Amino acid sequence: MNAFKDAGHLFRLAAVFIVGCLLFLGMRQFLVPKSFGQYGHYRGAAIGEIASRPVNFAGHQACEGCHADVLEKKKVGRHVQVNCEACHGPLAKHADDPSVQPVKLDTAVLCVRCHEANAAKPKAFPQVASADHSTGLPCDTCHQPHSPAIIAGGTK
Amino acid sequence: MNVTRRHLLLLLPAAAVAWKHVLAGTPEASSNYSLSEHWWGMLIDLPKCIGCGNCVRACQAENDVPDGYFRTWVERYHVSDYDIENPRVDSPDGGKKGFAPAREEGGKNFFVPKLCNHCAESPCTQVCPVGATFVSPDGVVLVDQKYCLGCRYCVQACPYGCRFIHPQKNVVEKCTLCYHRITKGLTTACCESCPTGARQLVDLKNPNDPIHDFLKTHSIQVLKPSMATHAKVFYNGLDGSVR
Repeated sequence: MNAFKDAGHLFRLAAVFIVGCLLFLGMRQFLVPKSFGQYGHYRGAAIGEIASRPVNFAGHQACEGCHADVLEKKKVGRHVQVNCEACHGPLAKHADDPSVQPVKLDTAVLCVRCHEANAAKPKAFPQVASADHSTGLPCDTCHQPHSPAIIAGGTK
Repeated sequence: MNVTRRHLLLLLPAAAVAWKHVLAGTPEASSNYSLSEHWWGMLIDLPKCIGCGNCVRACQAENDVPDGYFRTWVERYHVSDYDIENPRVDSPDGGKKGFAPAREEGGKNFFVPKLCNHCAESPCTQVCPVGATFVSPDGVVLVDQKYCLGCRYCVQACPYGCRFIHPQKNVVEKCTLCYHRITKGLTTACCESCPTGARQLVDLKNPNDPIHDFLKTHSIQVLKPSMATHAKVFYNGLDGSVR
């Protein structure tokens, strides 16, 4: 019996340890977000939060629903693969509510972004030195942007 | 009596763990999008890139990227004929306003768009001390900005320099591969606005994605393959001088 006469200390120590464990688990309950560890060592709900941000570019499918006439024009020209918002800019607001009017584009600024001559551009890509080519005239004086080739007798 | 109390004390931690699982509830189910059915990446077809900067502008418009910071940017390489080891690289304002015509002709000149490589074995997510950045189950490297401390470990760890600290939020920002778009069936803002199709979003888990044929028939390279990051941004026609 003598061997256990001070066993009370051990029980007190064990009790402190267990209370500490419970405190740790209890605090974890409050401090660790519920979805933490759902997919891995991170907050699973973050995926949904990032995915729920609003969209600014509507996507060309949204444009084509209403602007079928432009689509027809583009089909015969070399800009067929250029998506609408590549030139027109982000227009999700216009796609959601057509009364929101997109701003008119300035072709003198817009076209040279792609077509100004540059040694680093692929050789096969159509390029011009705009100062020599048009002397500052807006490109849509001669070219129709949706189908840019100049056809004899008209531009459309 | 003593024995039962001891058993009770032993049972309590187990009960607490079980209760935690009850509180955690069932995982949130999203509408149509299944995380396990996608493995996203991007194809960059360099011979098609014209350095117009549309991707950079589109990214800033879509994601409210602050001025002077970039989630994606375009570099112009000039490799001279006599010193191919030391290319001259410039990227004025990330290529956002395009590139002025090169002063000197000759040598090799080309554009290289860059963005987060969405590595499957990403060095950046491995160093995060709090689990704020991660590779999502569909293969996109994301940042949980509510959890990020802004400690910059990941900014240093990224071998491609694709992360930055948002000057106002003081947390890490990076390309999300337009996660809010691709989960809705749209393509990324940069791919949507690329006029030549030089950038294409790819889903490696989609058997009908044209990427599978493209990978078989082209010489594809990733950036810094020696880092073994398993990058998922594939470059077609990448020059050896690109760092």
